[in-house]
Amino acid sequence: MGDVFPRKTVLTILGLVVLSLALTGCGKEQPVLYVYNWGDYIDESILEEFEKETGIKVVYDTFSTNEDMYVKIKSGGSNYDVIFPSDYMVTRMINEGMLLEIDLEKIPNHVHIDPKLMGADYDPKNEYTLPYMWGTLGILYNTTMVEEGEVESWDVLWDAKYAKNILMLDSQRDSIGAALLKLGYSINTKDPRELAEAAELLKQQKPLVLAYVVDEGKDKMVAGEAALALTWSGEAMYAIAENPDLSYAIPKEGTNLWFDVMAIPKGAKNVEAAHKFMDFLNRPEIALRNAEYTGYSTPNLAAWEMLPEEVRNDPRAYPSEEVLANTEVFVSLGETLKEYDRIWTEVKAF
Amino acid sequence: MKRLSLTPYLIWMVLFTVVPMLLVLYYAFTVPTEGGVTWSLQNFARFFEPIYLRVFLRSLYLAVISTGICLLLGYPAAMVMAGNAFKRKHVVMLLFVVPMWMNFLLRTYAWLTILERNGFINALLGFFNLPRLNILYTNTAVVLGMVYNFLPFMVLPIYSVLSKIDKGVVEAAGDLGANPFQVFMKVILPLSMPGVVSGITMVFMPAMTTFVISRLLGGGQFTLIGNLIEQQFLVVGDWGFGSAISVVMIVVILLSMAVMSFFEGEEKDVALW
Amino acid sequence: MVRILKRTYIYLIFAFLYLPIAVLMVYSFNDARSRGMWGGFTLRWYVELFQDRTIMHSLYSTLIIGISSAVIATIIGTFAAIGIHNTRGVPKKLIMNVTYLPVLNPEIVTAISLMLLFVFSKVRFGYLTLLLSHITFNVPYVILSVLPKLRQLNKHLYEAALDLGCTPLQALWKVIIPEIMPGIITGLLLAFTLSIDDFVVSFFTTGSGVSTLSITVYSMARRGINPKINALSTIMFTFVLALLIIVNVRQAREERKERNGRRVPKKDSPYDPRFGSA
Repeated sequence: MGDVFPRKTVLTILGLVVLSLALTGCGKEQPVLYVYNWGDYIDESILEEFEKETGIKVVYDTFSTNEDMYVKIKSGGSNYDVIFPSDYMVTRMINEGMLLEIDLEKIPNHVHIDPKLMGADYDPKNEYTLPYMWGTLGILYNTTMVEEGEVESWDVLWDAKYAKNILMLDSQRDSIGAALLKLGYSINTKDPRELAEAAELLKQQKPLVLAYVVDEGKDKMVAGEAALALTWSGEAMYAIAENPDLSYAIPKEGTNLWFDVMAIPKGAKNVEAAHKFMDFLNRPEIALRNAEYTGYSTPNLAAWEMLPEEVRNDPRAYPSEEVLANTEVFVSLGETLKEYDRIWTEVKAF
Repeated sequence: MKRLSLTPYLIWMVLFTVVPMLLVLYYAFTVPTEGGVTWSLQNFARFFEPIYLRVFLRSLYLAVISTGICLLLGYPAAMVMAGNAFKRKHVVMLLFVVPMWMNFLLRTYAWLTILERNGFINALLGFFNLPRLNILYTNTAVVLGMVYNFLPFMVLPIYSVLSKIDKGVVEAAGDLGANPFQVFMKVILPLSMPGVVSGITMVFMPAMTTFVISRLLGGGQFTLIGNLIEQQFLVVGDWGFGSAISVVMIVVILLSMAVMSFFEGEEKDVALW
Repeated sequence: MVRILKRTYIYLIFAFLYLPIAVLMVYSFNDARSRGMWGGFTLRWYVELFQDRTIMHSLYSTLIIGISSAVIATIIGTFAAIGIHNTRGVPKKLIMNVTYLPVLNPEIVTAISLMLLFVFSKVRFGYLTLLLSHITFNVPYVILSVLPKLRQLNKHLYEAALDLGCTPLQALWKVIIPEIMPGIITGLLLAFTLSIDDFVVSFFTTGSGVSTLSITVYSMARRGINPKINALSTIMFTFVLALLIIVNVRQAREERKERNGRRVPKKDSPYDPRFGSA
């Protein structure tokens, strides 16, 4: 074994170790903006343009779930200037005083955002956030396996005809939400009786469910592994782009309207730059590029108007006003979250 | 001099293992109340509700099976590697480890592609007009995923011990009249025990607390202890309960190892109370 | 004949281990973003990969942290194992059980407890905290790899070396360490592997601007893992394989030279035939 680690290799390795320790003391001189976003959720060329225009360096980190991001921000170990939480996480963060108020006057481009999408329940006066991307919760289905008429109601996800051909989301609020919507209740209910009914429904559904998926669901639908999937509109549009046999529907009972927003956490070092960045993102051309890169729906009206016809008028990505009127936004449940968790554990472990 | 070599590790251990563990214990034994926190066993009591016990038992069951299979597959592999079949053993050893340098999530996704209804295996079976297999989203898939991920951790310690067993001892046993089976059972196996125990340790523990494998390959239908703990910490925000579950698990595992080594007698100084 | 059977067994196991890797590599050439669909052959992901500054940055961080934490953990762990081996009774049991804690603990618990520790001690999150955490969960694995080898050691080897005139340090360096080398190498490999692939602990203990490859990949999961990552994995894998082949070929050449008598084994090496079989 003596030959495996010749002296040169050992020295190189030690050199790398020293180098890495030296890196721990690195500092920067120019102004820096720390951004924390979902992975692959922005057109990265935009960051370079922002850097060139303002001379502010952008350090861009990614997180995989709202919960992970929440723990990191709450612990105070990292200081980000701009973060991109989802709606339900926003209410929680506002209640716990984790967000800074934003100064809309420093973000003149916010006027381009669709007024219908401003002032949503999680932040009624947009004191802390601005919408970044939005969408709906609905049913992604394979048109070769399912008739279009069948997906008009949430009932289809409980249809025995599709046993083991249904994908539900491994996400408490979304799946419990689907059951609540089927029953005609609010997705933010705290009523124990309503929750018990939803729990029953989910347990009845379990034998019909192929799997409770997270992100891998869309690839499965693209591969034709299942006929129906509870999913979000953004993911649905991605899947449809990959497999034209797929389509997306919003049931008539109504659904959840979701937002991914931009916000400034307390502890942000460079609040000025944060505002500049948020303003930059809301420029119509920039918002347009982000919308085209991610394939999600943009709340920026001016950008929407510049989208190609088929996308702009696609009711799956940009549903009509009547559909929107029948939607609810998730709000924080406070202590009742534990009850939801209990139900969810029961459903999955039983 | 030998004691001195222990010092840097002791300092490290206290700082980075003991202190964080104290934090975990703090969360496990306290419950947030109006004014602050009170000491309470409430978190532990919650764990003993039937639903959570069921989760625990299922995790135990899957972990034991996975560890067993890893041992069954891994021991012979280690023996072959340590024997004369391959000239360049360290290359073979490296080849065991290299797959694990590819991202874990990516590899698990690859298993999805292999195991799903329209996946690789079924495509192959279909090509030969054989009936399709529904492996995904069953216990089998989860065990497969666990064995896949933990097999190298079982093979390597056993191999490193087997490779240095004095060949003279083995030959002597043969000379004294033992047949190959007896040589194995009475000489090689006992001598390799330290490696086996290390291997089991490195496989069983993570197998109990893994959550990505059961989530992706089990279709979220098998809530295991790992999923439960992760849920408590991240989604629910109930760090107390999450910590309590972890503490219970650690105690159970340490106890079972103490029992195991009690039966082995002698000086098996791997983990004892 | 038996030899062929033995080799076949290992090859079968390798087939099992490498099947997903093969799938990964094939999909790196897929002209479709989703792994659910085959869209034809393309090299575009490889091109896009090199233009992606985030991924390249993460790769760099991952390798640096991986190598450093593995090396440091191996050093600490080896000396710890030697120390533990020479301890007895209650202190030994206590130390062993505490050593197990990072292995036993669910990763999220280790991650969050370390994070809280760093927050309370007001350490700035970044490379340092990341490195410290990686070393912390690596050391137990090194200890677990080296200990069995120490137990296998002939108890009197150390004394014999001292009797023959070695100082304790020489005895350690020239006698003990070479004997336990397989364990040390195993520990090093395991530590490096764990470090490269870790997500949970890394995520919670890193600072702004420092991302590992794992973090980048997991963060992409929601939007669908971009095949650029497959391309990167393929390149990494090919690189490692190529390295192995080169090392192998070099060693084969050296062995051939030895057999032809042009080289003499190093003096005092345990493999020197004059000292009997190792």
